Amino acid sequence: MPIEIEHVTYDYMPGTPSQVRALDDVCMTIRDGEFLGLIGPTGSGKSTLIQHLNGLLVPTSGRVLIDGLDTRAKGTDLRKLRQKVGLVFQYPEEQVFEETVFEDIAFGPKNLGVLGEEIEARVREAIALVGLPESLLQRSPFELSGGQLRRVALAGVLAMRPEVLVLDEPTAGLDPLGKREILGHIRRLHERGLTVVMVSHNMEDVAKLADRLVVLDHGRIVLDGTPREVFSHGELLESIGLDIPDVTKMMKELRKRGWPVRTDVLTLEEAYEEISGYLAGTKVGGPR
Amino acid sequence: MNEENRAVVAETLVHTYGPDESSGVTALAGVDLEIKQGEFVCIIGPNGSGKSTLARHFNALLLPTSGRVLVFGMDTKDERNLWEIRRTAGMVFQNPDNQMVATVVEEDVAFGPENLGIKPEEIRQRVSDALKAVGMEDFSRASPHFLSGGQKQRVAIAGILAMMPSVIVLDEPTAMLDPRGRREVMETLSRLNKEKGITVVHITHHMDEAVHADRVIVMYEGKAVLSGSPAEVFSQTEDLSKWGLDVPFVERLGDMLRKSGYEVSRSALTVEEMVDELCRLRSST
Repeated sequence: MPIEIEHVTYDYMPGTPSQVRALDDVCMTIRDGEFLGLIGPTGSGKSTLIQHLNGLLVPTSGRVLIDGLDTRAKGTDLRKLRQKVGLVFQYPEEQVFEETVFEDIAFGPKNLGVLGEEIEARVREAIALVGLPESLLQRSPFELSGGQLRRVALAGVLAMRPEVLVLDEPTAGLDPLGKREILGHIRRLHERGLTVVMVSHNMEDVAKLADRLVVLDHGRIVLDGTPREVFSHGELLESIGLDIPDVTKMMKELRKRGWPVRTDVLTLEEAYEEISGYLAGTKVGGPR
Repeated sequence: MNEENRAVVAETLVHTYGPDESSGVTALAGVDLEIKQGEFVCIIGPNGSGKSTLARHFNALLLPTSGRVLVFGMDTKDERNLWEIRRTAGMVFQNPDNQMVATVVEEDVAFGPENLGIKPEEIRQRVSDALKAVGMEDFSRASPHFLSGGQKQRVAIAGILAMMPSVIVLDEPTAMLDPRGRREVMETLSRLNKEKGITVVHITHHMDEAVHADRVIVMYEGKAVLSGSPAEVFSQTEDLSKWGLDVPFVERLGDMLRKSGYEVSRSALTVEEMVDELCRLRSST
């Protein structure tokens, strides 16, 4: 179920003095099974763009086609599209409101008209997908930790059995362990065939997980490619206020200082291979 | 140590949330620590380890269930010290939007000193000095609404500075910021520490922010379990991962190289330091 974004422009408060152009002629296609990382500084249009992916916002001009259906066309059933494209907002735990974890996860599918045993099955499936025990289902959401609550919110979206999962900074505010857990679940969901679109400020995370990165600045796409390609544009990224992963930064510095190392390195292991190759000869005791 | 040199002291500090000590949740289970005047200290630890609770004791937003906290020798439990403690130890929180009170930047910065009953001329001077100190002097008439996250946090820091504090305590001030915003806030803090001698206590989940600190304190299950220079703390890779914390990339690379027998110094913690160290190694052959 591809999502095609064709020349999308979006203005907040159009026709008023405070009109702001949030998206400016954005063109891209999100392909089936892709893990797409969406990065850009605050105010670059990331959140506006992802709200177009399930018809929460419709373009001021241009169009968005979800599985061939135009989100602006009269006959399009937006409810159905929102089931297929699940959107997890920033700090989703702030939107948890039901009395039990079960009710909270069941909220989405119930709204879709899913009934009885089917609801039960979906809730159990969803909570397993985010790695939480079923024993939590009858608890109050307010007894859970921040990381658990965020996974409950994610389960609520998964219970609608979407084909595309869109996440706005899913790790914001979590500690390293909570972050690792939730990223692990997202990675597994992608491996099970879900298309994932993830907005992130953390370059290390997107470098590890995404197979494609799209960089937004001032509502326009400035880079679109694999993480290796995108992070090779260090100067451009820095000029718009983004970072490149430390590992890439280090390889570039070494290169400047005359090391003939590769600079498209994204992982610790790759960096180690490259560096130890050139250090050979300085070993004191040999491998232990 | 001289009493005046100690900015913050916690002595067997216990904090329990809830009705009483026996049925409540223990957030701090006997914390002992000292922060020296002029130090830049980072506090790291997993969620629920007591970091934020601890920070709130440093300016008497919370009071000890048992044990005590001294801010420049003033006991937080003594009500007469309350205002002087709040002025001396300013606090900055995670969400910049929740900290803005006025519709114009300079009014926002003036809010604190106005509450202290300071004369208008003096306030104007303080506001302009504080905005300059955080590099926001060009935005004094702007609406906070139109600022970026990093700019808002710098305005929040200016609001604290205008009260002339000796310590600034920041509870995850960069958690909601993009990379540029994070950089702006970190550079501002380091400048205030170096140039104005302000003691900084910075709580963060970003281990790469902690590598620049004078000292890193690790909180785990309500206790300060480790304290030392960044090099000392981040060399405890096994303990850190047991506590659910990350080890910065540079330290992990250093570790891998050392395990293979290369003599990489443990003091190389930043990308720049590691590059220098690797160049030194390579040229020494």
